[in-house]
Amino acid sequence: MSTPATKPAVSSPAAPAGWRSIFLVAEREVMTRLRQRVFLISTAVLVSAVVLGILAAHFLGGETHVMQLATTDSSFAQELEATTHAMGIESNVTVVADRSAGEAQLSSGDIEALIIPGSDGNLTAVVESTLDSTLQPALHGLAQQLALSDQVTSLGGDPTTVAAAVASANVTVDALNPPVERDIGQMVVGMLIGILLFVSINICGQMVAGGVVEEKTSRVVELLLSTVKPSQLMSGKVLGIGAIGLLQVILVGGAAAITATATGVLSGMGLNLGISLLWGLIWFIIGFATFATVLAALGALVSRQEEVGSATMPAIMLMIVPYIIGINVLPNDPTSPLATTLSYVPGMAPFLMPIREALGVASLPEQLLALAISIATIPVLVWFAGRIYGNAVLRTGARIKLADALKTT
Amino acid sequence: MTSLIIDNLHKSYGDLKALDGVSFAVSNGEIFGFVGGNGAGKTTTMRIILGVLAANSGDVLWNDHPISLEDRRRIGYMPSERGLYPAMTVRDQLVYFARLKGVSAKAAAQAAVRWTERLNLAHRLDDKLQALSLGNQQRAQLAAALIADPEILVLDEPFSGLDPIAVDVMSEVLREAAASGVPVIFSSHQLALVETLCDRVGIIEQGKMVAVGSVEALATPEHPRFEVYGAPPEAWMGSLPDAHILEQAPSTTPGSTSIRTVLEIPGGDGQAVLAAALGAGPVTSFRPSRPTLTDLYRHVVSDKEATE
Repeated sequence: MSTPATKPAVSSPAAPAGWRSIFLVAEREVMTRLRQRVFLISTAVLVSAVVLGILAAHFLGGETHVMQLATTDSSFAQELEATTHAMGIESNVTVVADRSAGEAQLSSGDIEALIIPGSDGNLTAVVESTLDSTLQPALHGLAQQLALSDQVTSLGGDPTTVAAAVASANVTVDALNPPVERDIGQMVVGMLIGILLFVSINICGQMVAGGVVEEKTSRVVELLLSTVKPSQLMSGKVLGIGAIGLLQVILVGGAAAITATATGVLSGMGLNLGISLLWGLIWFIIGFATFATVLAALGALVSRQEEVGSATMPAIMLMIVPYIIGINVLPNDPTSPLATTLSYVPGMAPFLMPIREALGVASLPEQLLALAISIATIPVLVWFAGRIYGNAVLRTGARIKLADALKTT
Repeated sequence: MTSLIIDNLHKSYGDLKALDGVSFAVSNGEIFGFVGGNGAGKTTTMRIILGVLAANSGDVLWNDHPISLEDRRRIGYMPSERGLYPAMTVRDQLVYFARLKGVSAKAAAQAAVRWTERLNLAHRLDDKLQALSLGNQQRAQLAAALIADPEILVLDEPFSGLDPIAVDVMSEVLREAAASGVPVIFSSHQLALVETLCDRVGIIEQGKMVAVGSVEALATPEHPRFEVYGAPPEAWMGSLPDAHILEQAPSTTPGSTSIRTVLEIPGGDGQAVLAAALGAGPVTSFRPSRPTLTDLYRHVVSDKEATE
């Protein structure tokens, strides 16, 4: 067996064995996960979710609603259309012969309202059941204008002069605290990035914890640790799964960017999708780095897959809280003081800052500050996690208390 | 010459003293049998050799220096808690473990084929471990220990759960390893096997080595012993007043009416014993005898318990 002829197969001891071990562990994780159904299915689900979501937004929300109206008076038709347009209602006015013809179109659903000007200047709106709430004030204003014109005419004035004077009368608004301009595109992208980050960091974090427990359950960890250090095993696992997660995020983000560009759904919106996705990517790396080692340590405390959930619960809660705030509070209230404050807290920043970025309420210095705080925290977490992992990973059996795992053995 | 030295290891778990000054040495090319009851400290000692567990005090020396992680990568290890990746193929994990131990990818792939062929597992190379029978999983585990051409072999209960053919293969592999200069340490409860395989044995009891040495040296009795197949000892022992019967039982050979007698006699005059036995009837077998490892083990363990 150990004949001298086979010895050259062994690499020289001078090679940086530590990095090589970490690389080999990471490589095994990548190769194994790539073939795993969990990864393939979750990636497929996420990619199709963003693609379908963007396509749906494109086809459903892409066109504004044009209100179909009819009137019996052809001279009135133009006035009706002008007034509704002035009120911001897209409308298309057709002229029908009489009320019964209009009613027929109403019941067939071709038009939404039949407007009949009365001889007294009052308007009658015939509708199927209720008058559209945006149309009501428009018609009300139109009726008032008609009544005014009648009075001006009967007093000998010129209704068009009066109308022009009325139309030019305006209110200038001087807001002390103007609301931040934001549009639906920013909100959608912000929420999508928030969801994507939460799902990806969560899935990858659980993979780390599950992988640690798998090695404990199958007892292979003892054989591994006779060859590599616990810190190398943990680092390799975290880096390997991190690479897989990054690949997933890039696939999903890329699919989103391509679909959005192809459909032009975000064109004209106040948002740079590329920049937002880049920040999403950065925050995925930071978020994963923050949680992965912690989850590896928590996973090392238990020996059975059934216990992984309860062991990792504290860390998972730390993801869920900012996630809930991020996708529920921020889109409605982008400057929420709570969400803004929490977006600097390590562990929470990865779920809040990218949404604030997408909403356009986080300046570059703010984002860099949050990034710096998070990055500074990671070595501390890695140190604690490495200690817990190293002390706990070879102890199979009952769940180990966190305090015991922190003690030197 | 001595290559692996276990020097005064102490290990406690709380109040429990798992190891209490364990010392022994294994030379290159030597097969060392590690024997002891359950919980005596065999696995703890092996784990400390591998660095999987830290001792409270004491040293493990390899070629006269404290063993390093780099040295430990040259150890072929079979843990008592068997374990490989259940969902990985035999080939993938053998290659993985070989590469972790510093073997190149190409050489690792060749070694995986070579060792599975040697262990009659080649036809299962691309099956997942969990699809293998327990016996074949055991072979895969041994292959994982041997895959990187180790310079030291540490095997915790390598024979447990093996069928007789696999026991033969395993014994052969251990002998070959030793013949190529590798020190081999293995633990086993199968004392007859340990006796035939090992150059030296160590008996551990409650964290202390109670005997270390070659089976011959350890088992050399105070007085010479002889085994006689012949007439019942009552018929001829009268002429040997100093002799003392150790064992007496009917022969297990079918059709034989002779009695097997093991006796010890101060001074060790074998010819007198044979003459006495022949005087009482035909003798079908006569040979000097020495205690087995099993006898020795029972003896040292009961002595130890008696002194506690």
